[in-house]
Amino acid sequence: MFNLPHFVARSITYLLLSLAAFVSIFPFFWMVVGATNRSVDIGIGKATFGDQLFVNAANFFATVDAPRIFWNSAFIALVGTVLTLAVSSLAGYGFEMFRSKFRERIFTLMLLLLSIPFAALMVPLFVMISSFKLVGTVAAVVLPGIASIFIIFYFRQATKAFPGELRDAARVDGLNEWQIFFYIYLPTMRSTYAAAIIIVFMANWNNYLWPLIVLNKPEQKTATLVISSLTSSYTPDFGMILFGTILATLPTLIIFFLLQRRFVEGMLGAVK
Amino acid sequence: MANARLGRTEQITGWTFIAPALVLLGIFMLYPIFWSLWMSFQVGKGMNFSFGGFANIVRLTKDPVFIRALVNTLTFLVVQVPIMILLALLAAVALNDPKLRFRGFFRTAIFLPCVTSLIAYSTLFKSMFATDGIVNKMLMAIWIIQEPIHWLQDPFWAKVLIIIAITWRWTGYNMVFYLAALQNVDRSIYEAARIDGASGWDQFWQITVPMLKPVILFTTIVSTIGTLQLFDEVNNITQGGPSDSTLTLSLYIYNLTFKFMPSFGYSATVSWVIVLLVAVLSFAQFAIARDRSK
Repeated sequence: MFNLPHFVARSITYLLLSLAAFVSIFPFFWMVVGATNRSVDIGIGKATFGDQLFVNAANFFATVDAPRIFWNSAFIALVGTVLTLAVSSLAGYGFEMFRSKFRERIFTLMLLLLSIPFAALMVPLFVMISSFKLVGTVAAVVLPGIASIFIIFYFRQATKAFPGELRDAARVDGLNEWQIFFYIYLPTMRSTYAAAIIIVFMANWNNYLWPLIVLNKPEQKTATLVISSLTSSYTPDFGMILFGTILATLPTLIIFFLLQRRFVEGMLGAVK
Repeated sequence: MANARLGRTEQITGWTFIAPALVLLGIFMLYPIFWSLWMSFQVGKGMNFSFGGFANIVRLTKDPVFIRALVNTLTFLVVQVPIMILLALLAAVALNDPKLRFRGFFRTAIFLPCVTSLIAYSTLFKSMFATDGIVNKMLMAIWIIQEPIHWLQDPFWAKVLIIIAITWRWTGYNMVFYLAALQNVDRSIYEAARIDGASGWDQFWQITVPMLKPVILFTTIVSTIGTLQLFDEVNNITQGGPSDSTLTLSLYIYNLTFKFMPSFGYSATVSWVIVLLVAVLSFAQFAIARDRSK
């Protein structure tokens, strides 16, 4: 861009951004096109719409118990999201609103824990969950993630923008701390919650490794687990699988587009 | 008096807000951490443990598969994280320009990949990067390559494929953090720089990057931790192959624990290698950031 005329620099920017947008969006286009084609055609890179959509759909519903696996995924993601937001937003609010020297030390310790990879905890967690006799339950999947250090950190940052006068005024009106949280804080921080919902819901819906470990019966498996197992057969039917992936991607896409505006606001609030 | 009592009650209320999270973190994080540390000194198969001292550490140094997984993981880290951070920064700077058209479209498009589910992502990449697949076709059509690339069968290209895949998925995620931070940078600084004759490139390196340093540090550390724990992509796109060329430490731990004859002690030891790497690299990144600011 050095010394180039303004419009040339502009054109390069648009060109590069268009390229980035193309690369980002193309796989989604490929997914939709693929779901309308036969596996052989997908394999040889046919990038035009075909007439196999209903065949692929029928194959998909014949191969997997779709209602069950999507229900399993939805239930786990919903329970996980509600509990994670409840526990972690309370903690984030608490860390910012109530001062005590111990709290800072605990918070620092928590941030250190963030650097411990999940792989290090996997084995003991699995032994622990099996000793609780929880293997194969929703609790086994969601419990370890409910206290999310990342979400606690995120809510603490966001709470810095919450006006203290609002809290003081509510106190004068005779509200206790819990009422302040539920009636004043929650409605005020809608955008922050929207961003957190996207992040946590996506993480739960897309969760793979941990459910793979703790869900062992076929009727408990989530959509992610079942559809990914389809791809590892020797001759995967890509048409059918891509139809399944559309279904598996839709919920996160819908949530993202519904909450997109608040998501960006929420991210802004948290980083400030 | 009344004030002091209010303070005490408030403190107790404060603890009730935090307590559920702390209890859960204690049970599902702190306790397993100590347990896994203890386990890494145990040897034996399945549930028969005995104290092995440093036996597992000695085994690490003689385990070619572990060495390969370590080298692969570090290769992914060193190549992928800088590329992704730079791309995300450039995209954020371009999209921060208020005069740019279609900003909303570009932002959504670039962010979209990280909304996809893992299976969508891995299935799409597997089918797109097949030898006869669409990516090779497109590259050949625009004369970038003459022969189709064996993305999934060639050890080198399989690594490249994994790097492309992670970059595709996570660049937009990092970009959002930079965009958010850029909103807080005062535009008059750029105007002053422009009057002083600084080029766009100079402005990027002299103003934008230093201003965003805390956010860059945050995203670099988060990405480093993510890459050191890389599992989903390699397990689904390449299964660690061909011939272990994309095997990562996390995938090796998974194999040691759940695929081969369970060897909990040894897999715990491998996981502490990741902990150690995360600790050393995060510390180094903090140190470099502090040094640069002097």
